[in-house]
This record gives sequence, C-alpha cells and structure tokens, in this order.
Amino acid sequence: MTMSADLSAGAAAASGSGADTLAEFERAYAAQRRRSLRNWTLGTTLFLILFALSSWLGDFFKVTQITLPDGSRDWRWIIPAGLPRLGEYISQTIPTLHWDTLGSDLANWFWRWKIWMNLLFETILIAFMATVFGVIGGFLLSFPAARNLAPNTWVLWITRRYLEIARTVPELVWALIFVFCFSVGPMAGVLAIGLHATGALGKLYSEVNENIDMRPLEGVKAAGGSWFDQIRYGAVPQVLPNILSYTLLRFEINVRASSIIGYVGAGGLGQEFRTAMSFQEYTDLSALFIIIFVTVVIIDYGSEKLRHRVIGLEERV
Amino acid sequence: MTLTAKEIAAAKERVPLAFQAPLPVRLRRAALWAGFIGLFCYCLWAFDFSPERIWTGLGRLGTVLSFMFPPHVWDNWRDFSEVLNGLGETLAIAFLGTLLGAIVAFPLSFLGAKNINRFSLLRQTTRRGYDVIRAFETLILALIFIRAFGLGPLPGILAIAVSEIGTFAKLFSEAIENTSKKPVDGVKASGGSRLQQIRYAIAPQVNPVILSILLYNFESNVRSGTILGIVGAGGIGFLLSDRIAAYKWDEAWSIIFLIIAMVYLIDYLSGLIRQRIIGKWDGAK
Repeated sequence: MTMSADLSAGAAAASGSGADTLAEFERAYAAQRRRSLRNWTLGTTLFLILFALSSWLGDFFKVTQITLPDGSRDWRWIIPAGLPRLGEYISQTIPTLHWDTLGSDLANWFWRWKIWMNLLFETILIAFMATVFGVIGGFLLSFPAARNLAPNTWVLWITRRYLEIARTVPELVWALIFVFCFSVGPMAGVLAIGLHATGALGKLYSEVNENIDMRPLEGVKAAGGSWFDQIRYGAVPQVLPNILSYTLLRFEINVRASSIIGYVGAGGLGQEFRTAMSFQEYTDLSALFIIIFVTVVIIDYGSEKLRHRVIGLEERV
Repeated sequence: MTLTAKEIAAAKERVPLAFQAPLPVRLRRAALWAGFIGLFCYCLWAFDFSPERIWTGLGRLGTVLSFMFPPHVWDNWRDFSEVLNGLGETLAIAFLGTLLGAIVAFPLSFLGAKNINRFSLLRQTTRRGYDVIRAFETLILALIFIRAFGLGPLPGILAIAVSEIGTFAKLFSEAIENTSKKPVDGVKASGGSRLQQIRYAIAPQVNPVILSILLYNFESNVRSGTILGIVGAGGIGFLLSDRIAAYKWDEAWSIIFLIIAMVYLIDYLSGLIRQRIIGKWDGAK
C-alpha cells in the first residue's frame, strides 16, 4: 500500500523539477505515513477493545479454583487448569489394546457394533432424505427467488425471506422444534435438516438461475414453447450440472449434521453420544468418534470424485 | 413450414439417436431412478412418515408457530440483559474461536504451501493433517471440551478454534501458493534472507486474502456459535434450548428472531469491512 503511494509520489516528483518537487514528495510521503500510522493505531485499538470485550464475555481469562494433588485448593487460570483434565479425559477414552488379544479387545471396544451399524445406516438415510427434501424445496423455490425468473417482486421478497430464515436458524434448533411437534425419532431429524438444506440450496440454486443465458429460453419460446417448456428445455439443461454438484456438496454437509442431530433426539448416531456420556462408557466415545470420522471421510471422498465427474460432464457439453 | 407426421417419422428413422438415447443408457437411467425412488419409499416406511403422524405434527407445529404472534417483548431489563449477554457470548465465542484458530493455523499453513515447503513428503503429511482436523465435528469437540473446562463459553471457543485450524491452514496455504514469485525474486536480488522474502514479498500479497477468509469464517462461526449452547457450551443457544425445553415458545421465537437479526447485522458489517479494507477483490472463494 505504502509502496504504490511512494511510486505515484515518485512519478509526480519526476514530472516536476528541482527542490520544491522533492519537498512536495517528502510532504506527500509524510502524509501517507501519518495516514497509515493512524489507520494502524485505530485498527489495533479497535481490535484490542474487541479482544478485551470478547475475552471478558467468553470467560477466556477466567481464574478458577482447582484442587491440587495434595488436596489443597488454589486459584488458577482456567485454561492451564483444564488442560490436564482434558488429557485425562482423552486418555480415558482410548481403549487398552494388546497385540496378542487384539481380536477380543477390538470386539470389546466396538461391543455395540450391531446397534451402531444400524444407527449409522439410519444416519446416512436421514442425510439422504433430507437432501431429497432440500433439493425438491430448494429447486421449486429457486425459480421464484431468482431475480430474472420471479413473476413479481412480492413473490421474490417472500420467497427470499423464507429461504433466509430457513438457513439462518441452525439444524439443531429446527430439530428441537420438530422433536416437540413430530415426537422423537428420525422423522424430526429429516424435516429439520431438510428445512435447513432447503434454505441453503434454494439460495445457491437461485444464484445459478440468475446467471443463466436467457437466449435458449427465447429460442424455445420462438419455436412455440410454453413457459414450462422454456424452463424445462431452456433453463434446466443449463443449471443441471451446477445443481448436481451443489446437491452432492450438501449431502456431505447433511451427513455431518445428521451424525450429531441425534443428540437432541432426532435420530441417528448422535443419540449414542448422549448415552455413552451418561453411562460414562468412555471408550464408546472414541469408537463412535472413529465411526463418524471414517464415514465422513469416505462420503466426502466419494462425493468429491462424483462432483469432479459432473464438472467434467459440464465441460464436455 | 410445418412438418408432417410422415417427415418426422422419416427423420426418426434416419437419426434415431437424436430423438432418444440408446437402449442401454435408457435402461441404466431407469434403474437409477427406480433404485432412488425405492430407497426413498423405504425411508418413508422406516422413518414412519404415516399420515396421522404428519397430521398431528402439523397441528402442533401450527400451535408452536401461533406463539410467534404477538412477538414476546421482554419488559424488564433483567430478563432482556440475560438475552443480550447470550448474544454477546455467541459473538465472543465466534470472535475468539476464529482468532485462536487463525493464530495456530498461520504458521502451519506455511508447511503446506508448495512454494515455501519444498519437502513433498512433509507437505503431503501436513495437508492430510489439515483434512483430519477439518473432519472433526464442532459440536463433538465442544462436548469433549466441556468435560475439561466446565460449562460456559470457553469450551465453545476452543471447539471452534480447533475445528477452524484445519480450514484456515488449508485456505491460507492455498492463498500462499497463489502468490506471484516476482516480488520474492526482487527481495532476493536485493539480498533479502528467506524470512525477509516471506515478510516483504509474500505477506503483502496474502494479507488481504487472509483477512477476507477470516471475515467469511467469522460470519459462519457466528452461525455455528448459536448452536454450541445446546450442548452447554455457552452463548445464546443455551437460553434458546432452555426456553424450548420449558415450552416457552413465545420467548423462543423472539430469541430466534434476535439471532437472525444478529446474523444479518454481522454479515452486513463484515461486508462493509471487506469492501473498506480489501476493495472489490474477488480472489478469495
């Protein structure tokens, strides 16, 4: 930033002549230095104020009372005080595996594997169904939410606000509401994630719709096509590769969401976290962690491959 | 000029592939759709989407939605300050989480950048490390940190920080890789050391990108910060889940609207800052 200012000031100096241009340069340079110093001070002060305020609100430098190994109580900063407990907790979740009894140790670690595999299947199905609902809702609403395709501004405004509310409220909050309405079970999870996905996908799809080339639509219209024909043969072929790619990306996100949504009772593997925590089955936690981790990685990898194929298709067309 | 049915039939005869895809492709498509719809129907059955359940659910949903009007307004300062404090905690969680994540990720990102770290093995390992960190779920991390640090906003901060380390390190290292090599050569030619090359040639190029990434992720962390409270990690989510558990739907809706307003405000402000500092720079995606 200063560099470019120096250069322009230098260019100004070169066009003039003698000592006064040099003085002018010095003046401009000093002014620039003052300005950047002022900006820097302002930025740093603002940052420090924000940092102080948020660390006060966030209990970041809270001093807490802990019990020392010899039984006495002492005041410590919360983070170093908590770190040993964190290490202790994590080491509790790691099971003891011996090489010669590896099979039975593993079986002991994943002792609820039948239930877990069922719940994992349920988790993926929740993500699948939520994606389907999100795609249907998002696709239908993306046309009234696109500026170039909406019938009138009122419909545009209402659809956009609806999509914004649907995606700003997190899945877990929708899940809390739907668990109350539709009772405990995967159905509440499907509806919660589906609603959130509708909001997110509707926005992305409508942006895709706004960027389409309108000439194919005019071509279909000129050949005597109705509005539906225009959308079907003029707009959909243009947006389809993008929509597919966004949908796959959303499926990945939904798998992550559905793996934790059970924590509030909306089905899937998340409820097992709650069970394991309340029964203090610490090694179960690491087993669940590994299961979710592996699933997420596999699904991310597979969908990335698929997405690249879809993008490849788009380039070939 | 209108085509007759006979001409269309003749054209179909001549170029059948222009009218429909070959049989194997059609079969494959049909099988895909059948499998898809079959799976969907199985889910409907397995998740018990029965009409009466949907009907009672919609009835209850209507009741819940009816509490939206008239909106609940907190009439005494004590209750309202609690809500404001919750919103502030959420912002604090997002701010400190983003900041801590960025501080840890910044040095790590140099290890993953091709033009800084020339040891391919180390670079690849670091990048896989980023992916591993990114796969951790924020909420699960929050559950772990609650055990160590107790209920409150601190576990939320740490959960966001840890899950952001992987994202930031990946994005930063991509930003570093996308820099031009010419300023580096310039500093090298005037005798700059490796560290000076990074400080005076690479840093000015990546700083705006990093700032823009930070703002984007701060916005998204404000959104995820609202749910951390549901598991007990502080912020507005704690109050919200508390109100929902007590069936105080009118207060719950008001809190939800406040969350939406806060997210709008933050998006707006960060858009302003981005334009002010970075200008219309569109490289950070």
